[in-house]
Amino acid sequence: MNRYNNTFKRLKKNKQKALIPFVVVGDPNYSTSLEIVKTIINAGADILELGFSFSEPIADGPTIQTAGIRALNSGSNTDKNLNFIKQIRKFNNKIPIGILIYSNLIYQRGIERFYKDARDSGIDSVLVADLPIEEADEYIKAARKHKVATVFIVSPLTSNERLKKITKKVKGFIYVVSRLGVTGAKSDLQKGTISLLNRIRPKTNLPLCVGFGISKPEHVKEVCKAKANGAIVGSAIVKIIEKNLKNKRLMLKKIGNYIKNLKQSTL
Amino acid sequence: MKIFQKNYFGKYGGIFVPETLMPACKQLEQAFNKCKNNKQFNNEFHYLLKEYVGRPTALTFCDKLSKKLGCKIYLKREDLAHTGAHKINNALGQALLAKHMGKTRVIAETGAGQHGVATATAAAKLGLKCDVYMGIVDIERQKPNVFRMKMLGANVIPVKTGSQTLKDAINEALRDWTANVEDTHYLLGSALGPHPYPTMVAHFQSIIGKEARKQILKIEKKLPYAVIACVGGGSNAIGIFKGFAKDQKVKLIGVEAGGYGISSKKHAARFADKSLGRPGIIHGSFTYVLQDKYGQIYNTHSVSAGLDYCAVGPEHSYLREIKRAEYSYATDKECLGAFQLLSKEEGIIPALESAHAVAYLIKNHKRFKNKLIIVNLSGRGDKDIYIAADELGIKL
Repeated sequence: MNRYNNTFKRLKKNKQKALIPFVVVGDPNYSTSLEIVKTIINAGADILELGFSFSEPIADGPTIQTAGIRALNSGSNTDKNLNFIKQIRKFNNKIPIGILIYSNLIYQRGIERFYKDARDSGIDSVLVADLPIEEADEYIKAARKHKVATVFIVSPLTSNERLKKITKKVKGFIYVVSRLGVTGAKSDLQKGTISLLNRIRPKTNLPLCVGFGISKPEHVKEVCKAKANGAIVGSAIVKIIEKNLKNKRLMLKKIGNYIKNLKQSTL
Repeated sequence: MKIFQKNYFGKYGGIFVPETLMPACKQLEQAFNKCKNNKQFNNEFHYLLKEYVGRPTALTFCDKLSKKLGCKIYLKREDLAHTGAHKINNALGQALLAKHMGKTRVIAETGAGQHGVATATAAAKLGLKCDVYMGIVDIERQKPNVFRMKMLGANVIPVKTGSQTLKDAINEALRDWTANVEDTHYLLGSALGPHPYPTMVAHFQSIIGKEARKQILKIEKKLPYAVIACVGGGSNAIGIFKGFAKDQKVKLIGVEAGGYGISSKKHAARFADKSLGRPGIIHGSFTYVLQDKYGQIYNTHSVSAGLDYCAVGPEHSYLREIKRAEYSYATDKECLGAFQLLSKEEGIIPALESAHAVAYLIKNHKRFKNKLIIVNLSGRGDKDIYIAADELGIKL
């Protein structure tokens, strides 16, 4: 969790917000995926959010679903994904790495063992897409024991009463979902995003990072100008991967430029 | 798992959904708890069951089949319910509930198309907008039901992801619900999914067991030796089991889809396959599910679209664990045999789903010698004529 603290402290000192790119581990295959992650880090990402693909991704829109299928088809599994994180750590040991995963993958490994392995691989936080706080006790216990931060989602439908309960369980940052629905790039930022941030901000000192539907520098600028501490951008990057599967060099160049461009909006 | 114990059947069940759906699950739970004991709601529901669905459905004695197999067989005739299967009981119950919650649109997943037709019917009757998600593999093999849904005014949305069957239709319906939760009710068709669905669907389907128990006591003056039902998600089975749950001597037997056989790994037998079937978290619930060692869900196969699903409702996992119910399977081949036999001997063409329950009885008839048996005939086979003809090598 120190990596998160250090990063948010540094950003605050420099009057910046966090740019948090998201990609799926092993998309389209492990070697390209590692190059993508390195490109993203070099282009100025502050935090990494990485998806572990699951065959039934109920919280994901078509873009991330397809990325998950590419990863699974290239042989992705939990063992290899954890090993992938270790390889990133050889390259960069400072950047916080969060993962986004579905509960069955954790349960089948054994909850305790999963969080231990996560820590050992260099993972800083885990967000479980289909695990509300009501079901999370065992997961949180294992995470605390192995010093892995627990990220939970707050949505526009989360009541203030529920928000209070969630903030007590969060370590690392709160993942603020900017709209209802699944992951996916949208052309406009949902109006409710800013008012949601305004509603959460007075109730917690935890960093607030906004995701779902953020794809343009304007979106990043807008949430950073409001009360957010960071912006999570996923589907838009994955789309670049999808559109350039046959030309890796161009893919990496485009991703690098895109991240640099977004990072400018957090300054 | 400790806080929400009431949402579980033993250790099975729970609410494993994204945060965005939590308020909707809670709203649904509250509405269901309020309505299930509300006189006006129940009057409305039971009026529809009687005058619209045509309940109670008959309990038919099968004299020829009984003679052939050496036991006394009754069929609970859910195939005679309006729209041709038990699915209408739950669809009407939930559609009424949706109206009470002020929702204007219902969405549903469907495999065989029976639940889609039932939902489209309930939506038409009660004036709700209706979208039905259906895998394109299922659309292809259940064309008559696709046409019926369209006639009923529903919009059938083809699902092209994953295995393109029931589980993928559920994924899409859950995504739709997440995005449109404010005006939309997800009318889930089986006794699975996050709490309160398994409990709620079982409640609306329990009419099957209540009627069957009353009917058999009236005709035979005694309880049956066993009650047999097919199990996909398990709503018809839980519906008839509920009526006999407290009669400890009545054996409750669920029959899963054995597909090409357990060793082929092309089946939907979550309990019978010890290597692929293990408890896990799928579609909002902790229950038995077919999966690989990492927890990726396994694609299933069955000749019957309605049983072609990776997981079983959590209450069935529980009933099996406490040994109140037992579970077995019938293969595609055995199912098709039963499909033909019941048609010829009794003049009843069963749905391929329901034919699994009949097939189990045929396969194990020696165990039931001279015993009184009720088989839940959950649906009629009209929808299956194309696929059955194809499987049997008959050109239409």
